[in-house]
Amino acid sequence: MAIFLTKDSKVIVQGMTGSEGMKHTTRMLASGTAIVGGVNPRKAGEQVEFPGVTVPVFGSVADAMAATGADVSVVFVPPAFTKAAVIEAVDAGMPLVVIITEGVPVADSAEFFSYATSKGTRLIGPNCPGLITPGQSNVGIIPANITVPGKIGLVSKSGTLTYQMMFELRDLGFSTCVGIGGDPVIGTTHIDCLEAFENDPDTAVIVMIGEIGGDAEERAAAYIKEHVTKPVVGYVAGFEAPEGKTMGHAGAIVSGSLGTAQAKKEALEAAGVRVGKTPSETARLTREILG
Amino acid sequence: MEIEQLAVERPDALARVAVDPLVGIDAAKAAEIVATAGFSAELAGPVADAIQKLWTVYLEEDATLVEVNPLVRTEDGSIVALDGKVTLDENAGFRHPDHADLEDAEAADPLEAKAKALNLNYVKLDGSVGIIGNGAGLVMSTLDVVAYAGEAFGGQKPANFLDIGGGASAAVMANGLDVILNDPQVKSVFVNVFGGITSCIEVANGIVGALETLGDEASKPLVVRLDGNAVDEGRAILAAANHPLVTIVDTMDGAAAKAAELAAAAA
Repeated sequence: MAIFLTKDSKVIVQGMTGSEGMKHTTRMLASGTAIVGGVNPRKAGEQVEFPGVTVPVFGSVADAMAATGADVSVVFVPPAFTKAAVIEAVDAGMPLVVIITEGVPVADSAEFFSYATSKGTRLIGPNCPGLITPGQSNVGIIPANITVPGKIGLVSKSGTLTYQMMFELRDLGFSTCVGIGGDPVIGTTHIDCLEAFENDPDTAVIVMIGEIGGDAEERAAAYIKEHVTKPVVGYVAGFEAPEGKTMGHAGAIVSGSLGTAQAKKEALEAAGVRVGKTPSETARLTREILG
Repeated sequence: MEIEQLAVERPDALARVAVDPLVGIDAAKAAEIVATAGFSAELAGPVADAIQKLWTVYLEEDATLVEVNPLVRTEDGSIVALDGKVTLDENAGFRHPDHADLEDAEAADPLEAKAKALNLNYVKLDGSVGIIGNGAGLVMSTLDVVAYAGEAFGGQKPANFLDIGGGASAAVMANGLDVILNDPQVKSVFVNVFGGITSCIEVANGIVGALETLGDEASKPLVVRLDGNAVDEGRAILAAANHPLVTIVDTMDGAAAKAAELAAAAA
């Protein structure tokens, strides 16, 4: 099972022929992802050679879907063109769009999120590492070789903390790891992933990584209390972050008394989530549950 | 009025009205906001007008916050914004070349200004352990782990946030070390890198190259923790360089403790 992404997922790459797109398409193919096409209106009809496989380029997402049956699109286009790329994918009826691009204007994200929601397209990102179902498919920039298939479901705002946690628990393995991104406006949230992991028979325990800013973790805590029966282990980064400073991720900012790591930790603990003080303690708590 | 405080203490006193980004605040939405907020019929028109103008500022300037506090009614009945605060979206800077002129470079912390000029993601803090890492989440986590480990060493704290991003080249590493080593509060430096896409070979070469570039300017102890992609090769490069200032520690917790210990010893 796993969530959102399986070995049957057929993936197209918007922006495949750019330098980032080429680099990561090569990596995704190497980790077993079924990449069935790229999209670039100026290169429609061309073929791109990757090690061991040739990938066709289509002029539009709609053409690519019609020709290949693709059901996932991953977006590597630059920030100024991301909104148009996402709206094109939504208009084509793409079920899942994963936006890796960093630096998308917040107003653009708000617009395409609202549009995608109205049309029933799931978005992951922007400014995210993507998602991986180890051993099946890998969409985005998560390194495929640091873990194996297993029973842990992971959802995280941070890319490198995702990798760190995958690495700490690499012997136990993961059902799916989803990097939802640290921007102020994102598509798929912690809650969406919690719901999907709760319903996924392959997931036995959920690890949720949050960070300062906004109230996504508090909302997730309220959701867990009401709807999640599987054990959840949490980690929150940013206890040392000062008020009013953006910490790398555009959404990672403490505003007045809102968005602090302490408040998020307390909300999660009140919902019965075991919260680790460090990534290594978080891994240990997860291990105890599965042990 | 402290609106954030009010939100916590009396959430019912705040009217929250969701706005669809695809529609924005048109006359109907402005009227809804005014009605929800409970303005008198006499004020409804002018306040709705002010709200639509705020939305125009938000939209046209790519703001993430447009706040007016207080909004007052003068004796002659007109509505005036007495004070305001606007936060602009840096991601939208490419649409607003004029926004850069609004920045008061003088007001910035000198180290933050230097880091910004070098295109580094840096925030100055008050502690003694300089931090360099890759990825915002991991660096935030590193600050916390250092503060946690620092409790055993007289309360050592992180001196900064510095995210060098995915590709830690020698040049970026040298720039990062340069900024951090110029912070007189820094007593030790913790380099914490998880090689995801980036190979630890590149990171290790970056550190060795940076120390060569800095020469005698590099004068504070460095604790390095590498993990992930090509970690053994990366650690081997650092071991072979055998730089007197560099200590390699295998785990994030262990490295944080070592950096805090070195900072305490130098204080």
